[in-house]
Amino acid sequence: MAEFNYTVKDFKSENEVRWCPGCGDYAIMNAVQRTMAGMGISREKYAVISGIGCSSRFPYYMSTFGFHPIHGRATAVASGVKLANPELSVWVITGDGDAMAIGGNHFIHLIRRNIDINLILFNNRIYGLTKGQYSPTSDRGFKTKTSPFGTIEDPFVPGQLVIGARGTYFARTIDSNLKLSQTVFEGAAKHKGTSAVEVLQNCVIYNDGIHDEITDPAFRAERQLILEHGKPMLFGNDNEKGIVFDKGKLKVAVIGENGVTINDILVHDATEVDPTLHMALINMQLPELPVAFGVIRNVEAPVYDNEMVEQINSIQKTRKITCVDELLKSGNTWEVK
Amino acid sequence: MKDTRVIELDEVAIRFSGDSGDGMQLTGTLFSDASALFGNDISTFPDYPSEIRAPQGTVGGVSGFQVQFGKKQINTPGDYAHVLIAMNPAAVKANAKFMKPGGTIIYDSDTFNEKNLAKANFATDDPFAECKLNDYFKIPVPITNLTKESLKDFGLDNKSVLRSKNMFALGLVCWMFNRPMDYIEEYINTKFGKKPVVAESNIKVLHDGFNYGMTMQHMTPTYLVHPANIESGIYRNINGNHATAWGFLAAAEKSGLELFLGSYPITPATEILQALSERKDLGVKTFQAEDEIAGITSAIGAAFAGDLAITTTSGPGLALKSEAIGLAVMAELPLVVVNVQRGGPSTGLPTKTEQSDLLQALYGRNGESPVVVLAASTPSDCFWYAFMASKIALERMVPAILLTDGFLGNGSEPWRIPKMEDLPSITPRIAKNSETFKPYERDKATLAREWAIPGMAGFEHLIGGLEKNKMGSVSHDPDNHQINCEIREEKVKRVVDLVPDLEVNGDDDGDVLIVGWGGTYGHLISAVRELRLEGKNVSLAHFNYIKPLPANSAEIFANFKKIIVCELNLGQFASYLRDKMPQFTYYQLNKLKGLPFTVNEIKESVYKLLEE
Repeated sequence: MAEFNYTVKDFKSENEVRWCPGCGDYAIMNAVQRTMAGMGISREKYAVISGIGCSSRFPYYMSTFGFHPIHGRATAVASGVKLANPELSVWVITGDGDAMAIGGNHFIHLIRRNIDINLILFNNRIYGLTKGQYSPTSDRGFKTKTSPFGTIEDPFVPGQLVIGARGTYFARTIDSNLKLSQTVFEGAAKHKGTSAVEVLQNCVIYNDGIHDEITDPAFRAERQLILEHGKPMLFGNDNEKGIVFDKGKLKVAVIGENGVTINDILVHDATEVDPTLHMALINMQLPELPVAFGVIRNVEAPVYDNEMVEQINSIQKTRKITCVDELLKSGNTWEVK
Repeated sequence: MKDTRVIELDEVAIRFSGDSGDGMQLTGTLFSDASALFGNDISTFPDYPSEIRAPQGTVGGVSGFQVQFGKKQINTPGDYAHVLIAMNPAAVKANAKFMKPGGTIIYDSDTFNEKNLAKANFATDDPFAECKLNDYFKIPVPITNLTKESLKDFGLDNKSVLRSKNMFALGLVCWMFNRPMDYIEEYINTKFGKKPVVAESNIKVLHDGFNYGMTMQHMTPTYLVHPANIESGIYRNINGNHATAWGFLAAAEKSGLELFLGSYPITPATEILQALSERKDLGVKTFQAEDEIAGITSAIGAAFAGDLAITTTSGPGLALKSEAIGLAVMAELPLVVVNVQRGGPSTGLPTKTEQSDLLQALYGRNGESPVVVLAASTPSDCFWYAFMASKIALERMVPAILLTDGFLGNGSEPWRIPKMEDLPSITPRIAKNSETFKPYERDKATLAREWAIPGMAGFEHLIGGLEKNKMGSVSHDPDNHQINCEIREEKVKRVVDLVPDLEVNGDDDGDVLIVGWGGTYGHLISAVRELRLEGKNVSLAHFNYIKPLPANSAEIFANFKKIIVCELNLGQFASYLRDKMPQFTYYQLNKLKGLPFTVNEIKESVYKLLEE
C-alpha cells in the first residue's frame, strides 16, 4: 500500500461548510475524511458523488473530485463514473429521501449489480432541505408538515432493501460515534462490490432527537448491539447480555441466568452468504431487542466492474476485428468498379 | 391467360407481406441484400405491428417489408409497390392501399379459405374485388402445399415445414427479378450451420420456388432491372441504427477515448444498444440501465470520468431524460443523446416513424437549457451525424442531441464505406495545466471549458447542477446567473463554425424551395428530381444541423419566391424557422400517419403552391 501521509485537512475544501450548527453531518464528514486519508489511495483517485438534500452538499466540502448532480440519481451517475474508470475510489453520499424515494430504483439496482462503490446513506427520517416533510423512513403515524394528522404508511428499513437486492456489504452506524463510523467506512472502502452504510443522523432543526431512544448515552449500552465479525453478540453495561437464536427468532439472554453461558450467545459471522441471520439482525428493534450496529454483512460476490473489464479483455484476446476500418469491411461487402 | 411478360424497368418496389410470424422481415432483408450485391441501388422500409405476435391471420398482425431497387439512384422504398407477395388474405387487405395501379399480386392460394377470409374480416369470398384490386395482375400460387410437397422426404414436423414457406416465396421472387441466390444460400448455411437438415430444407424450398417460377413462365411476368451506375468503392448494406452505432465507434477511435453507452431498451432505438453490445472486441462499455434516467445519468457519470459518453432512446425516453440533459448543460459535459423518433405522444405508435420530437429536443427542459441539435437524413448518414455529434460534444463541452427516426433506423441502403483516415480529427479538450486550471474558465473563441478528469492529480474540483462561478463554487449571484445563461446559449451558437453551409439541390433560385430536415430527405429529393424533370422550377434545402442553423440559411431562402416546409409533424420546424428567420413566409406540408411521405403527395403540394 502506498503511503501518502495525508491528514484530515488534505481532504477538506476551502468552501465554507453550511450545515446547521450541531448537524450530524459534520461528524460523518469528519469520519469520511479520516477514512480517506488513511486508505493509501492518492487524493485525485477519489470521486465523491451526491444526490440532492442536505447530505448531498457533502462534495462541496471535500477537496477530491466531486459531482453534485440531480435528485435521486447519484447512484446511477456514480455507476457511470466507476465503469468509465474502475481505478477510481467512488463514494456516493445520499439521504433517506434521495436514496429511498426518488432514487429507490437506482439504489436497489446499484446493489444488485454489485458495482464497487461505497454508499453512505444519511438517515434522519425527515426531509430537511425542503423544511420538514416525512420521508420514506419516517415511522407510521409520524406528524410533519405534510402529515399533520400522522402518516398512514410504513417506512422502509434500508438494510432490508439491501438484503432484498442481494447486497454484499451492509453496515449501520450513528453520526455521533466517530470511531464506529470510521471502522465501517474503512470496511466499506476495502470491500469489493457495493458497500451500503446507513448512518443514523440527527437533524437538529426538523427532527431533533429522532434517534435519541437509541443514542441516549444513559441507555446506549443497553440499546445498541455493536457487532464485530467473529465475536459473540454481547451488549449491556457489563456486556452481560447477548443474542441467542430461539425457536426461529432472535432473543435477548442474560449470561448466568437460566443456565445461559457465553457459549449460547451467537457469534457474528458477517461473511455468511445466507442472508437469513443478517436480515434478522437488521430487523432488531427496541424495546424487545437492541438495535444492531457495525458491519452486519460483508460477503464476496462477483463485482460488476471487474466482470466488465474481464469480459472485454477475454473477448479482445481472440478478436477478429481490432479497429473500426476492419469492422466496416466485415461481413457482406462488394466492390463497385 | 396472358403470355410471359418481360418488363424492363428503372426501378421496382416489392412488398413482402404476411403474418408477423411468417418471416417476412427476413425474406425482405435477404432479397434486398441479394439485390444490392447484384449491383442495384436499394432502399428498404420494414412496416410491422408493435405486437410481437398479434392474432394469426388478422389485419393487425400483418408484417410487411418493402424494398425498392433500381438502376438509378434510389432514395426511397417507393410510394407504391409494383409487386405484392401476400402470404394470407389479411396481407392483401392491409396492403391494398400501397399497391401501384396495375401491379402484380402473388399470393398463397392455400391460405385463401373461408376461415382466413373471415379472420381478415372479408365479407365475401372475393377479397380482391372487395379491395378494388380487380385490375391487378394476380398470381395464385399454392405456396403452402408446394412447400409441404417439397419437404415431404425430410421428416420434419408440420410446424418446421410451414416455417419454410417464406423461402418458397423468396425463390419465386428471385426468379422473377433475375436475382442470383448464392448470397441467400450462404446466409442460410451460416445461420443453420449447426442444423444441416434445416439449412438443406430451406435451400431446397428456395430452389423449388425459383424453379416453379421458371416452369410457370406462361403466367408469371419477369422484370429486368439493370445494375445501377454508382460511384466506385467498397459497399455494404447498412440500416440507420447500425450506422449510428458505428459512427460512435468511429468517433471513439478518432478521439482516442473509450466509448460508454448507458441505455434502456425502447423501440425503435434498441438496435443501437444491441449493435454496440456486440462490440466488446472494440472495448465498448454498454450499460443496460434500470430505466431511461439511469441510462443518461450513468452516461453523464462516464462523461465526467473521461469517456465518450452516449445514451440512446426514443421519444418517451427523451422525455424521461429531460432533467438529466439539463444537468449536462449546466455541468457542461460532453454527451450525445440519440432519439430515434417514433409516433407520439405518450406510447403513441412505437413501431411507426414520425418527426414530432423536434421541439422537445430543442426546448423540452426546465430553465434556459440550450443544446446542439442535429438530424440524420438517410440510413447511412446516421454514421456521419453520430460522428459529428460526438466531435461537437467533445470539442465544445456541450451536450448534443441527434435525431433520427424509425424510418431511418430500420431502413437500409447500400453504403460506400468510408476510411477512418478520411474522417476529420476529434480533439477532446483535456485540461493541461493544473496551476491555472479553473473548472469554468473558457476558450475565448468557442466558450468551451476544459475537461479535467478524476484521476488527474492537481485538477481536483467539483461540478454539479447548481449555478456556479468560474471556480465551480455554488453561486446565487444574480449577475453571475444571467451571464452564465447567456454564455451557455452563445456557446451553442458558436458551434456554427463546425456546421457546413446549407446546400441547395437544384437551382440556387426559383419558384419553390422545399425545406426539409432529417429522415424525409429521400422522399423530398425524389420529388424534387421528378418535378425538375417536369420542368418545374423547384429546389430542395435539407437541414441536418438544426441548432445552430447553417450560417447561410437566410441567404438561400431569400432567392426563392415560395418556401414550403415539409415534415412529419404539425409544423415544428416551420415554427422554429419563423422564430429564427421571421422575414420569410413559410408554407407547410405536414403528415402524421406514422408513415413516411410519398413522393406523390409532396409533388401534389408543390403543384398546388405553383398554381396559387
